[in-house]
Amino acid sequence: MAEHGPGPRLSSRKSYTMFGRAPGEGGKMASTIEILERGEGELLGWMDPDDFRKWVRENKPREMVDKTMDIKEAVKKFVRDGDYIAFGGFGHVRISMAAIYEIIRQRKRNLVMAGKTAVHDVDLLVAAGCVSKVEVAYCFGHELRGLSPASRRMVEEGKVKVVSEWSNWGFQLRFAAAAQGIPWIPTRVMLGTDTMRKSSGMVIKCPYTGKPIGLIPACFPDVVFIHVHRCDVYGNAQIDGILVEDFELARAAKRLVITTEEIIPHERIREEPHRTVIPYFLVDAVVEVPWGSHPCNMPYMYYFDEEHIGEWLRLSRTPEGVEEYFNKYVYGVETFEEYLELIGGIKKLEYLRRLEHLRAPLIAPWAQR
Amino acid sequence: MGEVKYTIMELMACAAARVLEDKKTVFVGTGLPMIAAMLAQRTHAPNLVIVFEAGGLGPQIPTLPISVGDSRTFYKSFMATSMHYVMALGNIGYYDYGFLGAAQIDQYGNINTTVIGDWRKPKVRLPGSGGANDVGSFCWRTIILMRQDKRRFVEKVDYITTPGYLDGPGARERAGLPAGTGPYRVITQLGVYGFDEKTKRMMLLSVHPGVTVEQVKENTGFELIIPEKVGVTEPPTEEELKILREIDPAGIVLGRAKKS
Repeated sequence: MAEHGPGPRLSSRKSYTMFGRAPGEGGKMASTIEILERGEGELLGWMDPDDFRKWVRENKPREMVDKTMDIKEAVKKFVRDGDYIAFGGFGHVRISMAAIYEIIRQRKRNLVMAGKTAVHDVDLLVAAGCVSKVEVAYCFGHELRGLSPASRRMVEEGKVKVVSEWSNWGFQLRFAAAAQGIPWIPTRVMLGTDTMRKSSGMVIKCPYTGKPIGLIPACFPDVVFIHVHRCDVYGNAQIDGILVEDFELARAAKRLVITTEEIIPHERIREEPHRTVIPYFLVDAVVEVPWGSHPCNMPYMYYFDEEHIGEWLRLSRTPEGVEEYFNKYVYGVETFEEYLELIGGIKKLEYLRRLEHLRAPLIAPWAQR
Repeated sequence: MGEVKYTIMELMACAAARVLEDKKTVFVGTGLPMIAAMLAQRTHAPNLVIVFEAGGLGPQIPTLPISVGDSRTFYKSFMATSMHYVMALGNIGYYDYGFLGAAQIDQYGNINTTVIGDWRKPKVRLPGSGGANDVGSFCWRTIILMRQDKRRFVEKVDYITTPGYLDGPGARERAGLPAGTGPYRVITQLGVYGFDEKTKRMMLLSVHPGVTVEQVKENTGFELIIPEKVGVTEPPTEEELKILREIDPAGIVLGRAKKS
């Protein structure tokens, strides 16, 4: 009987018709859920939420322990070839550049990358040959700066495979589902488009409204790097300004590495708990890296280094240029501190700080076109 | 009185800004949409609420942002929040206007920003949806800013990234998209377009100064509705140009008018 199907069970029929609309066709509750369309994208990063619960129970200690280490160790320990990887922030805003350079330096391979809003992060990792598959909401572009020559070349030559498409919110909803331990989440975006058809989502007939509705599968990345303004040695983290997707992404991650501008005393966390956006038990490693988002923007601290990004965009027009860039700025240095000297040291960094606070003019070589 | 010199991008920015109303919300993408929204806020729409996908809600943007998520996008805003929060507000109907760019568009306002050629073997790989599909799905009225020619105004887009009216009247609702939403204006270097109420097909509203209806037809790859009376887009005023040059002093997006 329809009443006993998987559809909604409310106390009386009257409560439906009060709203002038009955669920499903002809006012009957659906006894089965009809799948209207299945996306042909490859389903990656998904697991049964019960398996994730088990994983959390066994791998995420609730004990407060000092998790500080350097970036070499964190990458070595938590990034394996073939991992599904995602970065916090917004592609070129508040991203873990120190981690990206280290992943390239350690020559990690066959990563699957969440191209949520991926910009400089995905461009470098794809250009360096670290990534074999990418799920795309936004990739291969540098926003106002134009398209990314290197990663575009890689995808057009078939060296990197786009395995699915999403909208930004569609991708974020994958983490939102994972973060609350559910296998999928309904959505009203992506409907009627190739973005849905090339995703790994599907469209069903909603048992409540009777209208088509999208299902977005959860995504549990193997490893996530999030760059923050400050945290304690245990990983309790504060972010100033917009959170982008990090509130959900941190909970969706199987392994989470926090890189931070500054490590602060635990007491300060306790004094202002309302500022904690990531609690320590989600975190597997804490790495202190001042200026760790360079050449990208770190809100309230430093703006984009457009001269450096411009150099990358110019060099990355050719494979030889890509090699030259990585030889100089990644393989040619041992540490992030050494890199910071190379890009212009304290003088450059001070300029970026003034620029962020609107006290210096923007110098953008790519704009002279 | 000397003629006011302006670039076509400046004209497009003005035409787009004028569509926006005071005391309304607008969700904007990178580049020209940002500039148009900033211009509207500094002219006729001081209480316009600008919304950015990464979490910026209601900023008073000081200078042209490079990213829709950089620190300029929540400068003096009333809320700096998350993508989930901003997108969810759109889904429950808070966004009056959405501003998008496009590589290709068809007569129903369906947009492609993903790929030219085959998806599996792309001739040109573009960045993908980003927030565009979200904006085009849930904003009440979507405005599209783009270059126009026969390869961009096409009979059939290579890939539907963002929904317009799909295949005609009622199609959005049949697909499950929020009712009563859809493309509202298309602004190119040649003219301003709307959508016919009944057929949901694109319709010419005005041509820019110096542009003929014939030129518009020559640069359109589908059958455009051309009403008997076609207006002429108002050129930018000196005041608007002054503000535009403050917003984008380097001419990154707008270019620079040649001195004559």
